[in-house]
This record gives sequence, structure tokens and C-alpha cells, in this order.
Amino acid sequence: MASSALEKKTTGTGISTKLRYTGADAIGKFAVYVILITGVILFTAPWALMVSASFQPLGDMFNWPPTWWPENFTTKNYTEFINAAGLGVWFLNSALISMTVMFGQLFFNSLAAYAFAKRRFPGRDGLFTFMLGTLMIPGTVFLIPNYLILQHIPLFGGNNILGQGGHGWLDSLWGLTIPGIVSVWGIFFIRQYMKTIPDELLDAARIDGAADFLIYLLIVLPLSGPALAANAISTFTWVWNDFFWPLIVISSPKFRTVQLGLALFVVQHRTRWDVVMAGSVLATIPVLLVFLIFQRHFIRGIVLSGMKG
Amino acid sequence: MAATATVKTDQTIKPSKFRSTLREMRKQWTAYLYIAPWFVLFFVFTLFSVAFSFYLSFHEWNIVQPAKPFVGLENYIDLFKDKKFYGALWNTILFTGFGVPLGMIGGLLIALLLNTKVRAQGFFRTMYYIPVITPLVVSSVIWKWVYQGDYGLLNYYLLQLGLINEKLLWLSDPNLAMPALIIMGMWMGIGGVMVMYLAGLQSIPEELYDAAKVDGATGFQSLRHVTVPLLAPTTFFILITSVIGSFQSFAHIYIMTGGGPLRRTTVIGYYLYEQGFRFFNMGYASAIAYILFAIIFIFTLIQFRYARGDVQY
Repeated sequence: MASSALEKKTTGTGISTKLRYTGADAIGKFAVYVILITGVILFTAPWALMVSASFQPLGDMFNWPPTWWPENFTTKNYTEFINAAGLGVWFLNSALISMTVMFGQLFFNSLAAYAFAKRRFPGRDGLFTFMLGTLMIPGTVFLIPNYLILQHIPLFGGNNILGQGGHGWLDSLWGLTIPGIVSVWGIFFIRQYMKTIPDELLDAARIDGAADFLIYLLIVLPLSGPALAANAISTFTWVWNDFFWPLIVISSPKFRTVQLGLALFVVQHRTRWDVVMAGSVLATIPVLLVFLIFQRHFIRGIVLSGMKG
Repeated sequence: MAATATVKTDQTIKPSKFRSTLREMRKQWTAYLYIAPWFVLFFVFTLFSVAFSFYLSFHEWNIVQPAKPFVGLENYIDLFKDKKFYGALWNTILFTGFGVPLGMIGGLLIALLLNTKVRAQGFFRTMYYIPVITPLVVSSVIWKWVYQGDYGLLNYYLLQLGLINEKLLWLSDPNLAMPALIIMGMWMGIGGVMVMYLAGLQSIPEELYDAAKVDGATGFQSLRHVTVPLLAPTTFFILITSVIGSFQSFAHIYIMTGGGPLRRTTVIGYYLYEQGFRFFNMGYASAIAYILFAIIFIFTLIQFRYARGDVQY
């Protein structure tokens, strides 16, 4: 078959078909761009509308047709939103929990991943398979029990040693941080990457007398950069954007995250679309920046975690 | 040592094996230390949690009432008689049954187009992906404005194009709210599907296409006989994760419609929230969660059955 393929390629007819194809190709290529650009316009239009509306006075937002470019440019919406809402506190809370969970995951995930990838210990494969099996359980199942578990964490939030009497980790930043500080996906993903690091490298260091923890810290971790970056970025985005968990855990205004604060603000100020739009832009900026700066790692992370069985 | 052990009876092998395992565990104790933080949290927030949820589903567990009596299967029996639950289940099936395939087809289409070596592939990819990283709360705010009846963007352009002849109340019309959420779901999900398909496409060796071309295959034929079969593992993965995700949708429904109008957008995730955190019927809500778990489990199992032939795991 290979030889017949070669023959076909070398016979003279190739040139004329090539010529015929280029005409069709040009039209095809043009169509591809038309579809792609139309798609991009449809995908970015709602987004662009938000940014544009956030710089318009409320009255202009009700223009018909919609104004895409602010005619009466104003930053009043932003100042009003910042003054009306506890924005500083929200940002601080969100930044605090996102960073803590992110660094926590980087450390604890990579440590466990290292053990699963590079150490041989009884029960390793069984534990690993079992861990992956639990990924099948939908997150919704954990909502109610974890809520009750947080409520009964001993010695926190007025609880006694048996976890009774107070609210535990509910309505605290602990409740938003600790349950997410290691993740099975993260361990799995980093472990798959660490598997590709050659064992000889570790053995050489071991012969030189390096302690095991130093091998993890100084050899394996630096070589796992891409996996760690992907894990860090997706964790940060996930925690920053999360809404459901803060909604059920937090009740005091001082612990509100950006998403929770914004959502409650929307509910309270249904008609103040101008201010709500400004708030939405502000709530998006951090994740958008992180995404644009690190998008290479981000997309690779999604791809790798999705494709490696 | 192993050779001498095999000569002896089973009874003597077991303790020595046990002892050598113990010795090995002691030697490798740091490895257990490394996985300890994960294991503690995993034990509390996953293993115990799942068991606790199961326990809850057999109790009448109202957080504000001190008595939490065991009720056996009552929660499940009530659930099977609960019209609102069936409504929620049906809405979830509609939402998933339309949303997931449409999102997957859209994502595949964009990935295929981007894979034809277009210029500025990175730019297009970023643009299609931005909705995925936009916070759900923000997406909900934007789309509420897009769907707004009197001043909304969508009505304006649909009127301009002559596709409708009066303003539609997207989110408050019982027949339009669900389609509106599905369209919005596509906007939020297509980027993720696209990225994964793009990765799948780029792993297909170029030679296969060359071979197909040489054998006289048209573009469509090589799509049908080369691309689609080789993307099967990717499709399988996307399908499973999308369905699981879609079955648990909550946040944007909470903000956009609050489950309405006429409960037409109350999906299972929302119903669970309502029962668990608004009425504090935690036992009943846990039963809902377990039914959801069972549905997802069966679905995944069926998928694995189907895909066994062409997915290498």
C-alpha cells in the first residue's frame, strides 16, 4: 500500500489537482475565518457590553439601540460601587483564601504526588486507585455532610471538645480554606507528571546521601514546574470564582468573598445595573489577569488533566 | 527466602509476609508522612462525608430541631412521590440533554476550524475561552442584562434581524427560561470543550490524513473516518465530565431565575439547595444527593460499557 501511495504522489496528475485545490482552499479558508470571527464576536459581545456599560451613566444603558461605545464616559459607577459595597474586605478575603488554598495545594498535592509517583510503600497502588475512584462521586453529595462537619469542628467557633455548642468553622475563613487545601485531581495530575522524571536522577542524589525530603524539594519539585503552574492557576481561578460554598458557609458580611458579595449586592440592588456592571468588571479583573499572563500553563493543565488516563 | 517459603504451608507464609510488609512500612514511614495531610482531609471531607450523607438520608434531620429521628427509607419513598422532585429531574434532563450535546458540537466545530492552521490561533482560543474563566456570578449578571426584556441586547438584534416581531421576556416566560439558560450554558462551556478537542486533534498524527488523502478520501470522508474515531477517547472524557458538571448546575440558576418561573428552571442542584439550606431538611436533601449520585453512577457505567472498545485507559 505504501508503494502505491508513493506512485500516486510521483505521477504527473499531482500538479493539476494541486492547482484545482488552491482555488477551493482559498474559499474554504475565507469561510473558516468568517465563521471564526463571527463566533468571536458572539462570544465577546456580552462581555464587551459589560465593560462598556460599566463606564456609562445608568440612563445611557437603556438606550435603544444599545450604545457600545460610552457617549458620556464616567467612572462614577466604580466609585459608587467601591463606596457602597464592602469591596476592600471582599477582595482581601478572596485574595487570602485563594492564595492560601493555592499554596496549600501546591505543597500538599506535590508532597502526596511525590510519594505516589516516586516512593514504593505497601498500600500505595491500592490507595491511589481508591482515591481516583472517589472522583466519581459528584461534589453535590458532599455539600450537606461537609456543612455539618464544619459546624462540629471541635474547639473552634465556640464549640467544645466534642464539637457541640458553637458554629465551628462555619462563618469563618477556615471553612472556606481547609476543605480545599489538598485535591485529588491535583495529586493525580502532578503525580502523572512526576512519573516522567527519570528515576536515575533521584538515585544519583540518593547515592550522594541526600535526604529524601531534599530530593523532593530540590530535584523533583523544580522539574515539575509546568504541572505545578497548571495546578496553581486552576486552583486560584476555581477558589476565586467559587460561589456556592461561600454562599452556604458564610453569613457575616465581614467574611464575604468577592463573588458572594457581588451576588448579594446584585440581589439587593436589582435596578442599579450601572453599579452592578462596575462591580462585575472589578470581580473579573484578578482572574482575567492571571489567565492572560499564565494562559499557556493554564490550557496545558486542562489538556493534560483531561487527556492522561 | 521466597523459595523456602513456597515449600512451607500457607499458614507460615502469611505471618512472614505480614511481618515483611510491616518492616517495609516502617522503612518507608516518610512516604506515609507525605500523604498524611491529604489522607486526613480525604478521610474527613470525602470518606466520612459520603458515609455521613448516607446516614443522614435515613433520618429526619432538620438543623433547627433537636430531635433527629431515624425514619428508614421514608425520605426515599417521599422522594418517589414528590412531584417537585420529578419536575427537577425532568428539568435537569432537559438542561443536560440539550446543553451538553450542543456545547460539544459547538466546541468540536470551533476546534476543527482552529486546527486548519489558521493565523492567530492563540487569539481565537483565548477569546473563546474567556467565558470559561469568567466568574459565574459575573456571567449571570451579564446574561441577565442580555436577556432583559425591554432593553436587552438579544431582543434588539433579534428584532433587527426580523427573527422575532415582539420583545420576548426570556427569563420570565416559562417556555423560554430553560432555552435561555441552555444558550447561556453553551456560551460558558464551549471554550472548555474546544480546548480539549484541540488537544485531541493535535495528537492525531499527520500521516493518517496524508494516507487518507492519497487513498482518495474527501475532506468530509477523512473527518468521518479518521478524525471522529480517533477523537473517541476525548469525546468520551468530555461527555462524562460535562454531564456530571451539568447535572450539578446551580449557581447561575440561583442568580438568573431562582428556579422559576413556575419552577421551570428548578434543576436537581437547585432543589437540593432549596431543601437543604432554605428549609433545612438535611435528611431529605441527602436523599436527593444520593439519587443524583446513583443517576450519575449508572450513566458513567453505561458510558464505560459503550466505550470499552475504543478507549485505552
